[in-house]
Amino acid sequence: MSNWIINHGLSAFILVVWMGINIFLFVYYYLFYDQGPQFEYTRELLGSALPWARAPAAVLNFNCMLILLPVCRNLLSLLRGSFICCGRTMRKQLDKNLTFHKLVAYMIALMTAVHTVAHLLNVEWYTNSFQGRYGPLPENLSMLDDSRELNTTYLNPIRSNSTTPTLFVFTTIAGLTGVVITLALILMITSSMEVIRRSYFEVFWYTHHLFIIFFAGLVFHGAGQQVTDPPHNNSFCEDQPENWGKIPECPIPQFAGGFPQTWMWVIGPMIIYLCERLLRFIRYMQPVSYRKIVIRPSKVLELQLVKPGFKMEVGQYVFLNCPAISQLEWHPFTMTSAPEEDFFSVHIRSVGDWTEKLIKMVENLPEGGQGPKMAVDGPFGTASEDVFDYEVSMLVGAGIGVTPFASILKSIWYKKLGATIYFYWLCRETYAFEWFADLLQVLEKETEERGMRDFLTYKLYLTGWDQSHVNHAMVHFDKDTDIITGLKQKTHYGRPNWDKEFEQVRQENPSSVVGTFLCGPQALAKDLEKKCVKYSDVDPRKTKFYFNKENF
Amino acid sequence: MGKIEWAMWANEQALAAGLIYATGGIVGVAGQFRGWQFACFGIAAGVFVCLLEYPRSKRGKGTSVERTGQYCFTVCVKAFGPLTRNYYIRAFLHATLCVPGGFMLATVLGCVCLGIASLIYLTAAIHGEHWEPILPRREPPKRVGDSIKEPPQNPPPRPPPELRRKKADKLEAAAYDNPMSVTVSE
Repeated sequence: MSNWIINHGLSAFILVVWMGINIFLFVYYYLFYDQGPQFEYTRELLGSALPWARAPAAVLNFNCMLILLPVCRNLLSLLRGSFICCGRTMRKQLDKNLTFHKLVAYMIALMTAVHTVAHLLNVEWYTNSFQGRYGPLPENLSMLDDSRELNTTYLNPIRSNSTTPTLFVFTTIAGLTGVVITLALILMITSSMEVIRRSYFEVFWYTHHLFIIFFAGLVFHGAGQQVTDPPHNNSFCEDQPENWGKIPECPIPQFAGGFPQTWMWVIGPMIIYLCERLLRFIRYMQPVSYRKIVIRPSKVLELQLVKPGFKMEVGQYVFLNCPAISQLEWHPFTMTSAPEEDFFSVHIRSVGDWTEKLIKMVENLPEGGQGPKMAVDGPFGTASEDVFDYEVSMLVGAGIGVTPFASILKSIWYKKLGATIYFYWLCRETYAFEWFADLLQVLEKETEERGMRDFLTYKLYLTGWDQSHVNHAMVHFDKDTDIITGLKQKTHYGRPNWDKEFEQVRQENPSSVVGTFLCGPQALAKDLEKKCVKYSDVDPRKTKFYFNKENF
Repeated sequence: MGKIEWAMWANEQALAAGLIYATGGIVGVAGQFRGWQFACFGIAAGVFVCLLEYPRSKRGKGTSVERTGQYCFTVCVKAFGPLTRNYYIRAFLHATLCVPGGFMLATVLGCVCLGIASLIYLTAAIHGEHWEPILPRREPPKRVGDSIKEPPQNPPPRPPPELRRKKADKLEAAAYDNPMSVTVSE
């Protein structure tokens, strides 16, 4: 239990606070509209559908304010930098930004559903009231009209017998914007389902820009000022509607529209997000030149780029845009170079349309030619920056997920650091190791020369082995260097036994705080997270494992 | 990642539309709105669309991810053969089903969403896509590995019976040693 608190406590706390605010807003505004005397007459017409519509509206205001913030990457990077004082637990929360964005989106969807259903009932009952189906009081209330001479205002937005609910909705600002933004929301949600997002990122990305329509409509949604509030002595006057205006105690009630508030909630984040996009555009205009282009086996492309004024930290990522391939698409790639170098590099694997086209373009380049024009946004920080904060680190990279750790290993080599690092690289195919074979060979030599053997332990795992590998290994088992990588450290076959690994780390590093970093598949993340919780101990004399995962 | 298969998005959209259509219908019927008959239709159409769209199609390229428990739905939908296989028919079906929803406010949203799903299906059909059931693969019998040969079909060759039994006085000529003594029988 206490181990769970170490690894997940702050996230759980933030969720509880967020949910608490949601519940508070809902209940507060529900009671405000359910019991507030100024809405008595509206409640005559609508019953409890009024508070049921207004309460989710308040929750929606709050969540629409929040939803833009987790995707302001530059803001988050800034916050990360300024939290250096506040410890790594705080900074870990900023890694879960996408999860929070999705959570807030689900809440928006849920509240939209409640709000819409309540308003469906409202519109229907307004119409029925007008047509006298509910009795004299509602009918009289409905008859009150906007009239300068009589000095009255209307309560029921339905003003004529021929208005149907559908017609009403499509001829008022609130109704029309409501339908449009709900439609935008539905399209955004269906195209961001995991299946679509992982397979056709472009569809997700372009459809998600409907959020512009969503926010525009949201701001104008309250502009019609439908909800109204009157001031006269309700309990006495409501039984004699026919006497209103005729007796002094019951003047004809005056109604005024509720001032639209949504813009106050969302204007801040909208401006921040606009600044984000502007910053991205400015960075897009800055020139980037190629220092070296290397095509590696397994369809991996290495680009070494130079951009004036560009500074990075270990394990950060950048967004690349190639106008020749697509004007609007920005794709994230972790940097594989160390900050100590005068260039930055990325290793790009051929996964989809964009990456395939890029590789094809580069393959057709003349020898030594400059690559296609590239724009770079970033750098943005992720968990790997924290590696040096831990006394001991376990770095696990699966396949191309090794990229952030390549940057770290190089940086260690430049910094001549004394931290203890355990590096695990899991790979399916043998020739995939070649990407970093030269890096690993240099590191191996360096660690031997400097006697740093205790500080860097690395293990490579070939998870996709078959009989031919076994044959080959059997024949060459007594060779000094590994047959696959040419390194002194032999490659392991199959997946790592994490219990054994964690046990080894724990034994070699008692009373240490160990940071575990993973860049790889979700299944492995779950596994490692469980192991971190299992092998951690609250006792300060024993080892504690913290888990960090990259997510894209 | 690969070239887009529009049907995948159309499927998500149609499923969501079915749910919204049905929910709008339920609200319309429960609130006894004017035009509740359209709401009834909305419920029926929404549920039908959900059942039709629940089983995902097999993807042209790449791994298909099934929805939980979709196998029985797959079998039902597959039974209709070309009616469910062809996306033009599906687009037309969704277009006709969505029209009655437009007559009543509660189902209007479902109507529009289903209409959009119909358009995406039309796009999918124009691109030549069709619905393919995801059926469980029959696993090929486990291959032990190339170097392990088939177990031998015949027993190992044995010397003729006369030599097989060790004669006590002719140990050297015996074909093999018996671990236990055997009665020599002639």
